[in-house]
Amino acid sequence: MIYRESGQFASSYAKDMRMFPLLQDRWAFGALLVFAFVVIPLIANDYWLSSILTLFLIYSLSAIGLNILTGFCGQLSLGHAAFMAVGAYASYNFAVRLHTPVLVNFLLAGFVAAAVGLLFGLPSLRIKGFYLAVATLAAQFTIEWVLVSFNWFAGGSMLGAIDTPPMNIMGWDVSSNLDKYLLTLSVVVVLAIVAKNLGRSEVGRSWRAIRDLDVAAEIMGIRLFPYKLLAFMVSSFYAGVAGALYAFCYLGSLEVTAFELAVSFRLLGMIIIGGLGTILGSFLGAGFIVLLPILISQAIVFLHISGASDFLANAELMIFGGLIILFLIVEPYGLARLWQTIKEKLRLWPFPY
Amino acid sequence: MTQRGAAPDGRPPEIPPAAPMRTASLEQPSRRVHSVSGDGSDPLLRVNNIEVVYDHVILVLKGVSLEVPQGGIVALLGANGAGKSTTLKSISNLLRAERGDVTKGTIEFAGTRIEKMDPSRVVKSGVVQVMEGRRCFEHLTVEEDLLTGAHTRRDGRRAIKQDLERVYEYFPRLVARRSVKTGYISGGEQQMVAIGRALMVRPKLMLLDEPSMGLAPQLVQEIFGIITRMNREENVSILLAEQNVAQALKVAQYAYVLENGRIVLDGDAQTIQGNADIREFYLGLTEIGKKSYREVKYYRRRKRWLA
Repeated sequence: MIYRESGQFASSYAKDMRMFPLLQDRWAFGALLVFAFVVIPLIANDYWLSSILTLFLIYSLSAIGLNILTGFCGQLSLGHAAFMAVGAYASYNFAVRLHTPVLVNFLLAGFVAAAVGLLFGLPSLRIKGFYLAVATLAAQFTIEWVLVSFNWFAGGSMLGAIDTPPMNIMGWDVSSNLDKYLLTLSVVVVLAIVAKNLGRSEVGRSWRAIRDLDVAAEIMGIRLFPYKLLAFMVSSFYAGVAGALYAFCYLGSLEVTAFELAVSFRLLGMIIIGGLGTILGSFLGAGFIVLLPILISQAIVFLHISGASDFLANAELMIFGGLIILFLIVEPYGLARLWQTIKEKLRLWPFPY
Repeated sequence: MTQRGAAPDGRPPEIPPAAPMRTASLEQPSRRVHSVSGDGSDPLLRVNNIEVVYDHVILVLKGVSLEVPQGGIVALLGANGAGKSTTLKSISNLLRAERGDVTKGTIEFAGTRIEKMDPSRVVKSGVVQVMEGRRCFEHLTVEEDLLTGAHTRRDGRRAIKQDLERVYEYFPRLVARRSVKTGYISGGEQQMVAIGRALMVRPKLMLLDEPSMGLAPQLVQEIFGIITRMNREENVSILLAEQNVAQALKVAQYAYVLENGRIVLDGDAQTIQGNADIREFYLGLTEIGKKSYREVKYYRRRKRWLA
């Protein structure tokens, strides 16, 4: 009863095809935007803005990228963090060497990452599933090695350490944590909307067809190779932009280890917990992985649980691990599916089904 | 409705409308379960008014009741998506894997409730399902595949060996293929492997889900012949979900017709076969000459089936 589409009629094709067909969804989306752009800057302190919310947004963006590749197109990847690294270092080099404007810079970083992603996507036509995952692992190791070994990429500094220059967008001096948060938020919102619509477009349908049954997709005339490569490119593009944001808006100075293999696994964990093949799931998963450990540690502090500090640190990890398992048992298809079920329940409420 | 995977990023799956109250009754609306076995003895399987919900929100079966007598062949007929496979899976307890759940009603097999039982224990108690679309272990050889059917048995190697020979006797085509990987044999042979594998369990009740699917008519006849033989010689009771109504009614003694998750008609095979609506809607037979009169009433009668 609460979440029903009754009385909402699409009277034109444009209305029929809009991103959120339900009025309730449009309201919720609008409210969310207002909350993120207006309310959070008013209430959040510097710590939250700089080290939690910005990181959450960047991971969400990267998770959207991985979700496009793994969730939409069904190509398992273990090298996603490496493409973030490509983006981070590309944006640094463009900024330092060519002094390109910040936004152009992010875009170029995405394109460079996409090109590298294309290269490592080439094996995907022949290799599938677990074997492809191992092949993408090669991307992780190769890219990390290249960035550490050739210090040209880091402007000559050892071990690939970089310091990002200050940002200025048409007179807007992006220096405070709030500025960086707003810049990240804007980029993420735009790219998330693009991804959402890409998923609904013909390209998205082709990807999903390939994911569900590649033979059937091929037999319907979908050319597997270009579409798989496109998925690799778009995915890497998102990773690249996320990497650039990570370097410029989150850390400021970083080393290659910021994009190690563990980060790839975290991203994979995000989309699995959040829900494969959904944009919402990327955000929920990133929120789960980034925010939950903080909430747990805050709860431990808040509840005045005392004990040895190493015990508390491990307890945090154990609770976190336990919650991951719990959520996957409750909803094997991820948090986004949980939301879907809740929506269905609300639609039929007060009847059970 | 075999697979309900993740509904990725799409609109919510379509929900069947809430069940309207049924007022119109059919010509033979025996909705209440009566003993099929005739002699008053307890049936082997009794499904009592079960309701099945997928994904917590999608109501698929709306109170299905049926009985399979000891040693009988019962057919479960209905169109695509009527709920035949779901009924079988709720008996063999495979629903949980597809996020389904029996929310109401009971399922009794040989006097014990099985609706909450673990699928492997259901097999041990003597109910085996042959799934739709064969589902062979394609990397095992035919013989290995058949032997997996004996997994739950504890009566010794010799008995299993004997049963294996028995299966080869039923399906002589498989003898020549015994060391070939199941993935490489033909669809008909795969169906034989699937049925043979189920037979290796030494079941009391076999649930057959569309054994005729994708098979040549001649092969369908052969398979159905073997099914009757199995029923007679091995004393296996059979619940047969089929689209091929004509074939199913030839071998079954009793039949239920499912529409939209409800049993809309049941009766012994002859009665069902003689039923005018069944003849028209399932067997595609119409009585020539009455055509024009029929057309007037067609809509109303069809509607009654789909209420």
